[in-house]
Amino acid sequence: MTAVTETIPARKPNVLLQTLNRNRLSWVGIGLLALILLSAIFAPLLAPHDPLQQNILNRLEGPSPEFWLGTDSYGRDVLSRLLYGTRVSLLVGFLSVLIAMTVGSAIGIFAGYVGGMVDQLIMGLVDVMLSFPTLLLGLMVAAMLGASLENLIIAIAITETAPFVRIARAPTISAKRKEYVEAGRALGFSPLRIMGVHILPNILSDIVVVASLWMASAIRTEASLSFIGLGVQPPTPTWGGMIREGFENILSSWWLVVFPSLAILLTVLALNILGDALRDAIDPKLKGES
Amino acid sequence: MTALLDIRGLTTEFRVNGRWHAAIQDVDLSLAANETLAVVGESGSGKSVTALSTLRLLPQAGARIGRGEILFEGRDLAKLSERQMAKVRGNDIAMIFQEPMTSLNPTMTVGDQIAEVLMIHRGMSHGAALNEARDLLDEVRVPDPARRVTEYPHQFSGGMRQRAMIAIALACRPKVLLADEPTTALDVTVQHQVLTLLDDLKRERGMGVIFITHNLGVVAQIADRVAVMYAGEIVETADCTRLFANPAHPYTEALLRAMPRVDRRADTLEPIPGSVPSITGRPAGCYFAPRCGYARPECGHHPVLGPISGAGGSDHQARCILRAKAEEAA
Amino acid sequence: MTGLKVESLKKHFTIGGGFLGGKARTVRAVENVSLSVALGSCVGLVGESGCGKSTASRAILRLEEPTAGRVTFDGIDVASASPAQMRRLRQRMQFIFQDPYASLNSRRSIRKTLEEPLKVHGIGDPAERRDRAEAILSEVGLPQDAMDRFPHEFSGGQRQRIGIARALVLEPDLVVADEPVSALDVSVQAQILRLLDDLRDKRTLSFLFVSHDLGVIRHFCDTTCVMYLGHVVESGPTQEIMDDPAHPYTVLLRQSSPIPDPANRVDPPRIAGEIPSPANPPSGCPFHTRCPRAFAECRESMPAAKEIAPGRQVACHLF
Repeated sequence: MTAVTETIPARKPNVLLQTLNRNRLSWVGIGLLALILLSAIFAPLLAPHDPLQQNILNRLEGPSPEFWLGTDSYGRDVLSRLLYGTRVSLLVGFLSVLIAMTVGSAIGIFAGYVGGMVDQLIMGLVDVMLSFPTLLLGLMVAAMLGASLENLIIAIAITETAPFVRIARAPTISAKRKEYVEAGRALGFSPLRIMGVHILPNILSDIVVVASLWMASAIRTEASLSFIGLGVQPPTPTWGGMIREGFENILSSWWLVVFPSLAILLTVLALNILGDALRDAIDPKLKGES
Repeated sequence: MTALLDIRGLTTEFRVNGRWHAAIQDVDLSLAANETLAVVGESGSGKSVTALSTLRLLPQAGARIGRGEILFEGRDLAKLSERQMAKVRGNDIAMIFQEPMTSLNPTMTVGDQIAEVLMIHRGMSHGAALNEARDLLDEVRVPDPARRVTEYPHQFSGGMRQRAMIAIALACRPKVLLADEPTTALDVTVQHQVLTLLDDLKRERGMGVIFITHNLGVVAQIADRVAVMYAGEIVETADCTRLFANPAHPYTEALLRAMPRVDRRADTLEPIPGSVPSITGRPAGCYFAPRCGYARPECGHHPVLGPISGAGGSDHQARCILRAKAEEAA
Repeated sequence: MTGLKVESLKKHFTIGGGFLGGKARTVRAVENVSLSVALGSCVGLVGESGCGKSTASRAILRLEEPTAGRVTFDGIDVASASPAQMRRLRQRMQFIFQDPYASLNSRRSIRKTLEEPLKVHGIGDPAERRDRAEAILSEVGLPQDAMDRFPHEFSGGQRQRIGIARALVLEPDLVVADEPVSALDVSVQAQILRLLDDLRDKRTLSFLFVSHDLGVIRHFCDTTCVMYLGHVVESGPTQEIMDDPAHPYTVLLRQSSPIPDPANRVDPPRIAGEIPSPANPPSGCPFHTRCPRAFAECRESMPAAKEIAPGRQVACHLF
């Protein structure tokens, strides 16, 4: 019997939180995002007017104490429409990225783990998909499926699946060569178990970081598609739709375009800051350089 | 023999969780010309920190030399400005590392990398420097040096890369060579070749060599004198033959017993229980006491490095109250 | 036939090729390895980097698919085993890795690491699995409060204990260990070797022990196979090989291995060359480019293994 008594050192504090703490900008991003999320959730409480309520008497009024951000050509309150539009933007962004992430990562892990011809075939397809401009691909899919909220989500998800295949495949290939994966094979674990239980949790952080950046892109795509009329149909307020409607009167009523654009800008910015902060927190090579 | 390099009471501290802890403390080492001093220890013993402190190559943030002198030919290196120190590095004291691939620039030919040192430190022209580079590769016994000078590091094998690193280190005819585990990454047959080379170079050039290693077998092959380090301190120092014949400190003794030997049959190895204490968790009293088979209540006092009983005329010293000279122990 | 038997094992890799990979080359990592590990015995596989010892150990357990050759375990052909047979064989043949950090999944607790193999192989109910994991943890000398910790919280030696516990939790008959103590300090290395000694005696385990360190091999193995560039060049009882090596490569390896005794400084033949690349092995005997005793025939033909004493085989034209 071994007489050795081993002692284990005490636990270390959470490194992720520490790194996030060190970078002040990341808290700006997180704060901004929380604000946007809250305004989406509490839109019915925060909105001073009904976003669909038309009032011809008040059409195209500039910002005033009653209509903080002015009204549009139907006399609807821009602030209220903006708040409700947040819901659509976040919902589309989140769901489309979630679908793209799930499907793309599964394909990427599979391609990376199996390798060989299967991998080459999948990556060939991915390269073809990546060579289409995102907007063009979304436009094609949306036009084929028809304009609706569900189809918009599906269209954006399809355009963003290919990047996730790429992102999941590279770390899978390096994880595949790690000894803990080999150890799993030596213990008789099935490939499905190795991919799902041992590889996925180890590469998840890489994927989540990129997901926050792609969510920003999804929100941009949603706005673009809505702008050209392939998004959610009126009268549901969306940021892209609002810009399109305001475009006709852009010279006289600047507020119709400026405020929705600002909303898109801030949301995309917040997501990008968050993505970069997460990447710094997770990538040990960058630690201590902030 | 006067000392070429004399390190006295060197203490280097690292910042861990906002507090300074000594990585090495009160390290005394002296190195004469034409001498190989082996510094041996396990990971966490502070042997590499000692070498890096000597050349002041520690990271700027989070590390500092707390106390002590590093006397090279009478000058205290610890007090030099960074600019003066840069002249000492490479010119007077050179260093080679464990991993020769990461120390060489993959986009430059080996010849150009050696020549670069010669051009900077000795002001040679590019042509003359390349000629000298070829001679240096020949001196470190790289076969066909005229062709090798024009090749890139990836065309060199591991042993040849380490030879190229040695050639770079020797380019400015240093008086002291610090070798930090230079053969650890090499295979044994190649390791032996590099050890023989270092020994020959020491003799031919009359260099002082500080050889840092974890391998007692390598120490026995190359060292004239040995310093054994444990938890940041020198625990024993002696002439090489004496140390292996009569290890005085219980740690040295235990290390020798824990090492499986190729030349003799040992049915049981005697492991040292536990592990080396971390920089923040060193015990009070003798640092080795918790793992020592001879530990007694007196070991609660931190021992000093001093002559051992029965050392005869030698300068055999150990940091253990049980082995100290009788009059000092009393 | 009980135990492991390996005959003429070969493993080649193809590197390069493809669109931008340049010309495809074959790396002959393992050319010809034959050995057998009888029940309860311990066989050492020793050689320098690039000799193929590690690849051979992986090909034997089919962690890499062998290119050619025959591997049987208790008479069952490992190479042609069906997935179901292979699962049963995996329970009986386990692997210990060199790097105790890389071989543990950093996101799984020790409990999950130890219970997972039992769960996958459908052994016991949750309570039994917990008991077995706890028993194996204390058998490798770790306290029970290690169970809910994660690999990064342990020292190198402790992690290797966990790696050993994971390999033994399925109660295998054969353990293939690839340099299990090379990443450890001398004092910790001795602890792990002592642990493996104890486990071998208590559980009648067979070992195939891969190492570059002749001292470790001498301590742990009954029989030793010396490898050079994919070939077993000499095999026999460990003590005879260490005290009286026959093959010129074994002689060089033995004399180059440092001994902690300054009175014993030897000067082995000063050979200039290093190990050739397995992507471009020399003709004839693979060692002839560095061999101080090579002659014409060595450049032309690969010597066959000859028995020079009972249980002692050497592949060299000198014998």
